[in-house]
Formats: sequence, C-alpha cells, structure tokens
Amino acid sequence: MLLVVEQFLNGLQFGLLLFLLAAGLTLVFGIMDFVNLAHGSLYMMGAYFTATFVAWTGSFVVGVLLALGATLLLGIVLEFVALRHLYGRDHLDHVLATFGLILFFNDAVRLIWGPAGLALPLPAWLTVPIQIMPGVFYPSYRLAIIVVSLLVAIFLYVMVMRTRLGMLIRAGASNREMIGALGINIKLLYTLVFGLAAALAGLAGLMQAPILTVQIGMGENILILAFVIIVIGGIGSIRGAFLAAIFVGMIDTLGRAFLPDLLRRVLSSATASTAAPALSSMLIYLVMAIVLVLRPEGLFPANRR
Amino acid sequence: MADPLLRVENLVRRFGGIAATDHLSLDVASGELHAIIGPNGAGKTTLISQLTGQLQPNSGAIRFAGRDITRLPAWRRSALGLARSFQITSLLSEFTALDNVALAVQAHDGHSFYFWGDARREKHLRDKALAALTRVGLERRAGVVVSRLSHGEQRELELAVALATSPKLLLLDEPMAGLGSTESARMIKLLQELRREVTIVLVEHDMDAVFALADRITVLVYGRVIASDTPAAIRGNEEVKRAYLGDQHVVTSNG
Amino acid sequence: MSASFNARNAVAALVVAGLVLLPLYTSLSGNVFALTLFTRIVIFALAAVSLNLIMGYGGMMSFGHAAYLGIGGYAVGILAFEGTGSGFIQWPVALAASALFALVIGALSLRTRGVYFIMITLAFAQMAYYVASGLARYGGDDGLTIYKRSDFGGLINLSNRVQFYYLCLGCLLGGIYLVWRIVNSRFGMVVQGLRSNEARMQAIGFPATRYRLVCFVIAGTLCGLAGALLANNTDFVSPAVMYWTRSGDLMVMVILGGMGSLFGPVIGAVVYLVLEEFLSQLTEYWALIMGPLLLLIVLFGRGGIVGLLGRLDRG
Repeated sequence: MLLVVEQFLNGLQFGLLLFLLAAGLTLVFGIMDFVNLAHGSLYMMGAYFTATFVAWTGSFVVGVLLALGATLLLGIVLEFVALRHLYGRDHLDHVLATFGLILFFNDAVRLIWGPAGLALPLPAWLTVPIQIMPGVFYPSYRLAIIVVSLLVAIFLYVMVMRTRLGMLIRAGASNREMIGALGINIKLLYTLVFGLAAALAGLAGLMQAPILTVQIGMGENILILAFVIIVIGGIGSIRGAFLAAIFVGMIDTLGRAFLPDLLRRVLSSATASTAAPALSSMLIYLVMAIVLVLRPEGLFPANRR
Repeated sequence: MADPLLRVENLVRRFGGIAATDHLSLDVASGELHAIIGPNGAGKTTLISQLTGQLQPNSGAIRFAGRDITRLPAWRRSALGLARSFQITSLLSEFTALDNVALAVQAHDGHSFYFWGDARREKHLRDKALAALTRVGLERRAGVVVSRLSHGEQRELELAVALATSPKLLLLDEPMAGLGSTESARMIKLLQELRREVTIVLVEHDMDAVFALADRITVLVYGRVIASDTPAAIRGNEEVKRAYLGDQHVVTSNG
Repeated sequence: MSASFNARNAVAALVVAGLVLLPLYTSLSGNVFALTLFTRIVIFALAAVSLNLIMGYGGMMSFGHAAYLGIGGYAVGILAFEGTGSGFIQWPVALAASALFALVIGALSLRTRGVYFIMITLAFAQMAYYVASGLARYGGDDGLTIYKRSDFGGLINLSNRVQFYYLCLGCLLGGIYLVWRIVNSRFGMVVQGLRSNEARMQAIGFPATRYRLVCFVIAGTLCGLAGALLANNTDFVSPAVMYWTRSGDLMVMVILGGMGSLFGPVIGAVVYLVLEEFLSQLTEYWALIMGPLLLLIVLFGRGGIVGLLGRLDRG
C-alpha cells in the first residue's frame, strides 16, 4: 500500500514534469507551426545552468531563478538568431535545423562542463520527508515539483483560456492571418512564446536535475516521451498535453515499478526478469500504438474546441 | 421509369453548428446533364465532396448505379465509375500532362503493384491517355509539366483526367472558374460534346453556360434543395428568383 | 533518364567510378584506413538510398529509419551468437525481420500525416532501441560482439577487406538500380503521385495507404540489408546503431545529397561522413562545427548538392 501510494505520486510527479516539456513543444507548434527537436536541449541546458549557478551563488533558490532567466534568454536568442528564419518553411527543414542544434548543444556542453555528469545537491530544507498520510512519508522535494508544476499548469490554463494571447493560441496555426489582423507584433509575440517554451523546458530540466544526474543527452529521451504525449494528446492542445502527460507519466512509472512482479506471477522468474525491462520500456509505445489505431488524430485534438 | 444513376437521400453534413448540407435529396437520371446552382456558400462543393467520398456525411444515403456508396472510400467510388474535377485545380503539378492522364488510366487498369517495367513505356496506357488529351484538345501539350500549363489548359487537363477513368458519372466542380471568354466558349463546346457520352453533374456559377447546357437544374440555398426542374421551369420559379436573384449580381460578377 | 552530359550525371558517374576504383588506390598506396572508411560510407549510402525511396519519392518523412540498421544487425548478431553462422540463413532473416517491423510500424504510422508521422516513426524506432537495450542475453546496452562474419560457403569471404568492400558496393549499386526501376514503374508512379497530391490520387481511384505501406516495407527491407552489412563490418551490433541521432544522420545524408534524386543520397553520405571524419580529426568537438553547418545548409541550401548541380546545369 505504501509503495502504491509512493509510486502513484512518483507517476504524477513525472507526468507533470513531462507536461512542462510537452506544453512548450505544443505551444511552439500550435502558434508558430514549428517543430523544435532542440526542445530537449533547452531542458538539458536548464539543468546545467542550475547546477552551475547554484554552485556559484551557494543558494539553491537564487541559482534556480538565474538558471530560469538564462534558459529564457537562450531561447530568445536562439529564436532571434536562427529559428525565426525557418517559420513558414517545410517541417522537414525544422527537423534538420534543430537536429543540427542538438549536435551543437551536446558538444558545447561537453566542451564547457566536460563529459562527466554533474550532481546538483539539494538544500537541507528540501530533503525532509513529509508525512502525507498517517505512516506514509514522501520526499518534500518531489512534493515541491508536483506543486510547482501544478501552479505552472494553472498559469498556462488561465493564459490559454482567459487572455488574448491564449485566444491566438486556441485559434491555432491555420488562422495566422487573423493574428496579423489583430494588430499584434507577430515577430515579438513569436519570440516571447519561444522564450516561454524554452523557460518551461528549462524549468522541467532543473527540477529533474537533483533526482537524476545532470548529463549530456538527458533531454533526448525525455523529448521523445514528450512527442509520444503530443501524439496521444493531440497536437496543439494544452489540455490534451496535460492529460496525456499525466497518463504517460503514470503508465511509465507504475509499469516499471509493478510490471516485473506481475510478470513473475504469470511467467517463470527467469523469463520474467528478462522480459520485464524490455516490456516496461515498451509500454508507453504500445499505448501510443493503441491510441493511433483507435484515434489517429489523438485523444484530445485541438480543433475540437 | 428506370432507377436514377445517382440518388441522394436526406443527406446531412454539419460543420460545427452549421448544416452545410441540410436533408438534401437529389436524383440524377442516366444520360442527363444535371446542373447544380446556388449562391456562394450554398454548399455545392461540400455536396460534391460527399458524393466523391472526400467528405463523410453525418447522415443520409448516396446510391450510385443501384448500390449504396455512402461509406465507400473515394478510390472505390472511382472504381465504380464516379469521376470528379476539382474547383481549385488539383493536379500532380510536377508531372507532365500526359503523366497525369496516364495515371488515371492506370488506376482503372488493374492494380499497380508492378515494380519493374517502365510505366511510361506501356503503350496502351499512353495511347488511352493521349486519346483523352486529344478529346479536350491538349494533345500538343502532352509533354509539358503541369505547373507550366496555362490556367485554361489546366482546367481542360482536369477534365481529361476525369475522362480517362471512363466514368459513368462526371462530377464537374466549376470547370469554368477563372476562364476567359474564349476559353469558356471552348469549354462549353467541349461539354456539349461530352454530354452525349456520359452523365454529367455540373456545378457552375456561369449562368449562361448552365442554361445553355443543362437538362435539369437543381437550386441549392443554405444546403437545401429549393427547386429541381427543367431550365425553363427554373427560370420562371418565384422562390428561386427570390432566394437567388438578390445574389445574382454577385454571382455573375464572379463568373 | 536522359543520357545527356550534365554536371549532375557527371558527378554521379565520377562518384561511382571513384568507389569502384577505390580498392585499387588503397592497395597501391597501402592506405587501409581509406578502405575501412569507405566501406562504412558505402553501407550508410545504401541505408540513405533506401530512406530516399520513401522520403524523396514517397514524401514519407520517416525519422526512424535507423531501426532497420539495428534489426538487420541484430538478426545477424543473434543468429551468430546462437550458432547459426550461415549467411544464407542470417541475411534472409535480417531482411524478413526488417520487412515485418516496417509492416507493423508502417501500418500504424501511415494512419497519420506530416509532423505526426515524423514523431511517431521516431518514437517507434526509439522503442526498438529500448527493447535492444533490454536484451540482457545479447549484451543489453553494451551490445553484442560478432566473433565470426556471415559465412557464404566458398562463394565470398567477408573477412577479406576487398571482397567485403565490393560486396557492399554491389549491394549499393543493386539498391540504386532497384530504386530506379521502382521509381519508373507503375508502382513508383503511384507513390510519387501520392507525394504530389493525395486527394487527387484517391479521386482517380488509388487506395493511398496500401501503396504507401508497400513502399515503406520495401525501403525498410533494403535498409535491413544495410544493417546486416554494417554488423559484419563492425563485427559488433549494439542499440546505439538504432539511436535516433542515427536516423537523423540518415535524413541529413538524403537531404544534403538531394531528395528524390537517384544518386543524391550516395553523394550526401560521402560528403557527410567524410566531413565528419575530417572534422573529428581536426577537433574532438566536431559537432560544434557540424551542427551550425547543418543549420546553414537548411537556411541557405535548397535541393541539396544534386539540386545545386542542377541549377549549375541550367546556367
């Protein structure tokens, strides 16, 4: 029971983290019609920035804030220097250009921080376990991730549902002329949206950093999970990204935690221990395949507003 | 009386809250040229797209040659003998005119899972394609890439592609759109010849063309049929005048 | 295919001639390294040629093509590990396994279009990567060493560098010939028509998905062959050959060379891998240069190298 609650919360926490990443991807795609593979690199940069700034300043909070600002700035610079020239181009061009950026960022990190990963120690006040139910303790840091991510999700929801910017987002990529008609400085809007997406990716990266090591390529695997989420949730939909992210986070976490035991009940323990790791890493892709068969346009497509 | 070639029963298609096709029923008899007219936004192209299978209706039925085709995919309808031309020219733009038509011939010449022989050297495909091109007067332009054809030529090529599938029923979505007066006259002449060979459903804004060509005319307004009759009767129909003539100015200036 | 002399055909002929004569050069100069490098290049060129069939001619932007390199490789590796050394068994199994994977992945992915297709092929290939990493019996993450190359009786000796090089080159040229025949066949016309205008093709009577799917399977099978060659070349197979950056590399080769041109992917593979080799000798951090270079190519180079040569021809 204890384990179930804990894994459930872990799944929620992972799902929320994935949401931060997927939300940025889907925003950029929904508004600028731009596919950004380098989104995972921004996630990685967020983590590296944090590790560095925390070490420099000696303060976790200051380091985190500086790192957030730095990722935001990095996103804006990236958009301004290179990516804005690719809007309106073929998606394949986006894929290639941002693939080049991934190569660049990976080697840049290797050059600056070296090939070995970094550790980001937590301050003492974030390592205290908190009693969430009688007899059930949960790490306060993971709880903090859940709270922060939920706050961001609420912020995004309000932004999308209540503001003019949100209206533009909901209008989607097909109505780009309308954005111009509203007299909005599109170039600036695009730059800001890209910066916001970068900051979200950076936030996800820096929050994950103390749990895993900060290392090269850390953004790539999680980026592919974000793609799976977008496929399942329906592209361009924040709500879809949120629900699908929680769903994927849960399935992945619970699958890894409980599938080996479940298999051992059905199969011989040798077969089970061989099959379990492969099967649990396949699990979300199987879910994606099932969604594709049943609903090729995703579970919550954006155009069904 | 024989069964109609095409029968549309109570067709409904909604976009959001708006019914673009609203309980629409329609018969097209074998051998006739049946024109469909209506003001802009009457749902003419939506109807054509449902007939050819690009768009699924919400309810209702479409019967073609005695067979229910409501849920058949587009390519199966084509195999049954239903061909369409597109309102906005929709060709394979980096292929030559002849390749475009030859592909249409190929589509109706068994399956295309042949991986080895050179398709451009299959004489009977090329001959049939060239015949269809000749039919619309484009034989001299056979080797030209579509994107280099004039707009008028592209409209004629649309027709040749549709003809090459040897259709029982030809659905023409504004074949005259964007044509100059000489080109229009040529198109009318061409349709006058074609109507002897194949049943045609013609969606058109050019009223002169419609009244010159049609055996029967169906008038659509807001996705409903308000009249379906001979040209003479339609001309005298008060409801058509009321619903339509207010918009007449806009229509002719478009056509 | 006009036989007329132009820069495009000249470069293609030059590349082929160069590849055919390479062992002569290496035996004269004793530069064994060049032969090793170009064996690798020829194998990746074959993979790029297969990707070009779906991407350049079929308009299917697959970001998971490296999966077949791994599947072909693991088929050879696993069979060798389990004691079946005959290439007459290993290679057909490699091709069949790749075809089967392509069939399943294609049937699912082709339900979608555009960006979705890119993301889904990427995700499925990554799934294959994780599965391979989970194969504890066959080395898991660390991969599987192949102690003996595929055995084709007395027919050909894969351990002989020159013989193996010519086998790879033969497969590449055969692959190009196959793609050439396919592209001009009825089937190829349909696939290219679908790339150009799917709605039109449906309206004249072609069931789009089944033609696309068959094309997808052919390309996957051909890349499985490249995978079998690659495993023999490195005497090793690991999940890393399936990692998504490998798929990205293949895409870059195709686009760099020129999509939808017969020899484009070969030229792309040669240029990309030689450049990679050159830069990595220059500096350990070669991707610092390669990455921005890709960005610049996307920003300023249209139609790849073959497109550039085409513009040259037109004056």
